[in-house]
Amino acid sequence: MNVSVWKTKVDEVLKRSGKSKETLLPCLEVIQEACGYIPQEAITYLRENLDVPSIDIYGVITFYGMLTTKEQGKYVIRICDSLPCYLNKSDGVLGVIEKELGIEAGETSADRQFTLEVVPCLGLCDKAPAMMINDKIYGNLTEQSVKKIIAELNC
Amino acid sequence: MEKILTKNVGKPNSQDIEVYLGGGGYKALEKALGMKPKDVIAEVKKSKLVGRGGAAFPTGLKWEFTRRESAEPKFIACNADEGEPGTFKDRVILLNDPHLLLEALIIGGYAIGASKGFIYIRGEYYREIETVEKAVEQARTKGYLGDNILGSGFSFDVQLYKGAGAYVCGEETALLESMEGNRGCPDCRPPFPAESGFLGKPTAVNNVETLCNIPAIMINGGEWYSRIGSPDSPGPKLYCLSGHVNKPGVYELPMGITLRELIENHGEGVKGEFKAALPGGVSSCLLANLDVKLDYKSVARAGSMLGSGAVIVINEDTSIIDVAKNTMEFFARESCGKCSVCREGTRRAREILTRFANGGGKAKELDLMLELGEVMYDTACCGLGQAAMNTTASAIRLFREEFEQKVRK
Ligand SMILES: Cc1cc2nc3c(=O)[nH]c(=O)nc-3n(C[C@H](O)[C@H](O)[C@H](O)COP(=O)(O)O)c2cc1C
Ligand code: SF4
Ligand code: FES
Repeated sequence: MNVSVWKTKVDEVLKRSGKSKETLLPCLEVIQEACGYIPQEAITYLRENLDVPSIDIYGVITFYGMLTTKEQGKYVIRICDSLPCYLNKSDGVLGVIEKELGIEAGETSADRQFTLEVVPCLGLCDKAPAMMINDKIYGNLTEQSVKKIIAELNC
Repeated sequence: MEKILTKNVGKPNSQDIEVYLGGGGYKALEKALGMKPKDVIAEVKKSKLVGRGGAAFPTGLKWEFTRRESAEPKFIACNADEGEPGTFKDRVILLNDPHLLLEALIIGGYAIGASKGFIYIRGEYYREIETVEKAVEQARTKGYLGDNILGSGFSFDVQLYKGAGAYVCGEETALLESMEGNRGCPDCRPPFPAESGFLGKPTAVNNVETLCNIPAIMINGGEWYSRIGSPDSPGPKLYCLSGHVNKPGVYELPMGITLRELIENHGEGVKGEFKAALPGGVSSCLLANLDVKLDYKSVARAGSMLGSGAVIVINEDTSIIDVAKNTMEFFARESCGKCSVCREGTRRAREILTRFANGGGKAKELDLMLELGEVMYDTACCGLGQAAMNTTASAIRLFREEFEQKVRK
């Protein structure tokens, strides 16, 4: 991991919002965004700059679904399984994605192309079943449409 | 009904400040800044506006409590964490009319005596975050944010916080914990945020939709507002209709239309035959009666709660056990784990419901789950645990025979 990728971003946040604990979450978010995960060096850097013990930083990271210390795939697929999506057959769509990618929910593919996550409501219930791939929204999914979406990302 | 909350949705470039100003935007702020803060609050109290985030607490009263505190500084935080399954209304405003929200937030800050406001938006709302960030920049450039706003002597600025994927952070004390850089675990109350909120200072936490009623109240008066919709809990409501309906979506309608009207006149009917509906997302109790009026009091009288207005429709082809199990999987995963009764209760209920779904339930577990629901309601620290068993308990009460058919012979 190229340190400068996250460090400049963190320094920007620290400059804008100050070196206090209230800046921890915004810092973690820019690191996650820049690297796709939160590397150990970044945690050390935050510990030193925010004066927050590492254990508390880990505590925060593990609390939030969008933060992780594990390297993620290039595409993070977040498929919703909350009730409105479930009623519109999200489980069938999830099954197809798992089969197409050869991984289960919570896993990352060996080639680091895909991470698959099952998440609660994304606020897209009018387009149920719905998912996001990175910051992009996909709605009204069917077993056919999801196959096509993945095929397009794969090439 | 004339639209109040979504009047700008659909206008080209509705998110741009020039378009907003062209439609009379920031006039309410001008008017409010010409009033005394306590008169702004009096007007909001007269409107009988209650919170649209779930708890339906009177907004004017919340502002008065926050204003009355002597500690300084004070804060106002807008809750845009929108996480209750079936809720997708705040997103419509964030994306289409961010200046309506900003105008309201500034008025709120003025009313309670805060010089800083926050908007906490869930992290998955990428486009909404970008839109609000742009709107804040525009409002700063035009002098609606910053020092001495419109020459009134009142200074106010706004900071955005992004959530990072935790439903419980929508609970107001968890939201403040999250902003402080902690795990988003709710706190026990009292003290309420109005007394001790962000960094221990008095903080008013208001939902996006709640706030967006404020500009219209400023312009037309609380009296006018109180005559819209249901006299008990007046105003317009953004109903989020989802599940087994032909036309899901967000509908702005006067508070108190019936479930039937919402589904048939706006949602173009049920996909299949109607079985039941959840009026306030998966934290609410099932309703099997289509003639219930969807205002806070009527829904409560019918044994459920309107909450955020997430109306999820369920058809006859659906197993109610699967519905209950789905909601419990959600709560078991999203429980923050602080109270053992919620952490363990949601997991055990999930296990029991999974057994029922597979035809291996035990008869005595039905009453056990009802009792568990009562214990959680009485003893859990926050609304998540208190409401987690609602859908399941109402499913057992309304459709007991369905469960009994799944008891292991
Ligand atoms: C588990 C849980 C999640 C909540 N999520 C939200 C939310 O996403 N948005 C929201 O506005 N209120 C949410 N609330 C309600 C807030 O605690 C709080 O009552 C509300 O933000 C106050 O604003 P209001 O008075 O304008 O409704 C949630 C409550 C609980 C218990
Ligand atoms: S009720 Fe549940 S979610 Fe709420 S504080 Fe307790 S454990 Fe956490
Ligand atoms: S339930 Fe899936 S997006 Fe809301």
